[in-house]
Amino acid sequence: MEPLSNRKKVLEQKPMNFWERLYLPAIFQGMGITFMHMFKKKETIFYPEVEREFSENWRGLHSLKRDENGAERCTACGLCALSCPAEAITMIAGERQKGEEHLYREEKYAAVYEINMLRCIFCGLCEEACPKEAIYLDGPIVPADYLRKDFIYGKDKLVEDPIGS
Amino acid sequence: MEIAFVIEKFILITVIFSVSLGVAAYSTLAERKIAGYLQDRVGPSRAGWGGMFQPLADGLKMFFKEEIIPAESSKTLFILGPSLALLTACIGSAVIPWGQEILIADRLVSLQVTDVNVGILYIFGVVSLGVYGIMIGGWASNNKFSLMGAVRAASQSISYEIPMGLSIIALLLSTNTLSMKEIAEQQHGANWNILYQPLGFLIFLVCSFAETNRTPFDLPECETELVGGYHTEYSGFKMGAFMFAEYLNMFLASAVMSTLYFGGYNYPGMDWVNDMTGPTIGPLIGMGVLFLKIFVFIFFFMWVRWTVPRFRYDQLMNLGWKILIPLAIANIVITGIVITIVDKL
Amino acid sequence: MSISLFYFIAFLSIFFALLVIFSKNPVHSVLYLIVTFFTLTIHYVLLNAQFLAIVNFIVYMGAIMVLFLFVLMLLNLNENREASKSTLIKMIGVIAGMCLIVTLVGSVKALHVSDPLILKTQDLGLVKNLGKVLFSKFLLPFELSSLLLLSAMVGAVLLAKRDIKKA
Repeated sequence: MEPLSNRKKVLEQKPMNFWERLYLPAIFQGMGITFMHMFKKKETIFYPEVEREFSENWRGLHSLKRDENGAERCTACGLCALSCPAEAITMIAGERQKGEEHLYREEKYAAVYEINMLRCIFCGLCEEACPKEAIYLDGPIVPADYLRKDFIYGKDKLVEDPIGS
Repeated sequence: MEIAFVIEKFILITVIFSVSLGVAAYSTLAERKIAGYLQDRVGPSRAGWGGMFQPLADGLKMFFKEEIIPAESSKTLFILGPSLALLTACIGSAVIPWGQEILIADRLVSLQVTDVNVGILYIFGVVSLGVYGIMIGGWASNNKFSLMGAVRAASQSISYEIPMGLSIIALLLSTNTLSMKEIAEQQHGANWNILYQPLGFLIFLVCSFAETNRTPFDLPECETELVGGYHTEYSGFKMGAFMFAEYLNMFLASAVMSTLYFGGYNYPGMDWVNDMTGPTIGPLIGMGVLFLKIFVFIFFFMWVRWTVPRFRYDQLMNLGWKILIPLAIANIVITGIVITIVDKL
Repeated sequence: MSISLFYFIAFLSIFFALLVIFSKNPVHSVLYLIVTFFTLTIHYVLLNAQFLAIVNFIVYMGAIMVLFLFVLMLLNLNENREASKSTLIKMIGVIAGMCLIVTLVGSVKALHVSDPLILKTQDLGLVKNLGKVLFSKFLLPFELSSLLLLSAMVGAVLLAKRDIKKA
């Protein structure tokens, strides 16, 4: 068969000569390499005190955004829940009453918005589906917990703090 | 037997015991630290300054863990196994000369528990007993993996005892004595046996790796093939006893190698230092030098462990029987010929 | 003190030797045998034969018994799996036992208490003296026994080789 690429390389396995069969030179070489590593810079990051920088396209904990006036952007259209491959998002819509304009931007808002963090796969499809730019996965790592019910995050944990607070 | 003699020996034994246990405990920390540094990490660093109290934390953890004795095991032997392993690891240090005679309160005190005139053979015997703990423990667990580990340990230690003994014979040809004390005294200054027995030392070193079940010869506890090897079924303090025995054996092997081949408590210029510091401080410095050598060897053991991968079982047996034993015999013959020629001259 | 110590150790050796015979589990038997050898080592030390003691310690306890234990562990004999012996074997056993008793009784009858042996040289059992005696007075038997061991070794290798060829 013709090779598809010209990257094929025939490796020649020569029988080891006496020096190689002694093993010891190779062992000393390896020990030299490991010894050099003693003096290299250590890669350890002392986690709770020092945190590693996240990459730009890092997807972490969700946050529900507010607009420039501090009103919640989410309009409970349900596109995020629909797009979610893990079916982690549920929401109940509510109607904005008079006097709540500073709280919710649109007439319809999410009265309950819950994400099950055990189901979520942090794919970011909700972020892409949202027409109102209301949800972003820009938070930290989701912390560990003891009970399953504590992993269902409601609006109290998801909505970002008002500007200036 | 005067009472002062008994008290002196009692204190010496207590000190040696606690020191070797302390060294073994801190070897566990050193192992993890060295493993970390060789792999660009820092190792345990939370318990105390730089992880100083990690051995304590590990010990406490071992104590408070549940002790599981498998239902189908033979219980007496299951407990006897780790006890024997720990016992044989502890009694070996009795014949090692830790220093010159030291002057304390107008009494010359020997820093050796007992000077048996067959000292080397005693250590050799204790080392060969060490495998019983592993064998009994592995068999009593009534587990196939444990049994495999025990069987491997037995055949490995028997195979490597032979080249070890042969390398010691070559050493004895040049020292003319079996007593550890006399061997140490012969290496006064920088007249170390390594200069006369480099090949013998190399064989002894490889064999001591095999006898202490350290990587690259840790096949009895090879976790990729045997789960945990002979200590698969062990938990809690009995598991800790096995681990502790391994580190104690490493300490003992390092002490023996330092004494037999690297001059023990001797160092170049020791006479001058002894004249300067007097008969109390001088021997203490010698003891410090011996411990320095021991620590270097322990570091070497760990360095090798985190560098060299584990041997395959047939490679292990080939190395022992087809390479080390012929080499050791050749070493004896060469040593004999050289000694005869030197004597004739 | 030395006499009472001797009797204590002697009692222990006989006690553990009996346990070797009477324990049902072969692995326990081997372990008791190891303890018996250890008491024998102490006997040698009491006789001031340090070299013999340590050789007994290394060779019998450290090597041969390890191999015994090794084989027994691989066989994994259990008390319930022990094959029932035929009457013929039992009869042979009885006859052999009787012969042993007759020999023992005869030897005990012929026994007479000798004067307590006093070693002319106390250091006879030390390595230096033993080596000198071995390589001068007893050189021929020593070399012959080493030849015997060598031939046994060659025989063992030969047996192992033939097995491989058949398979």
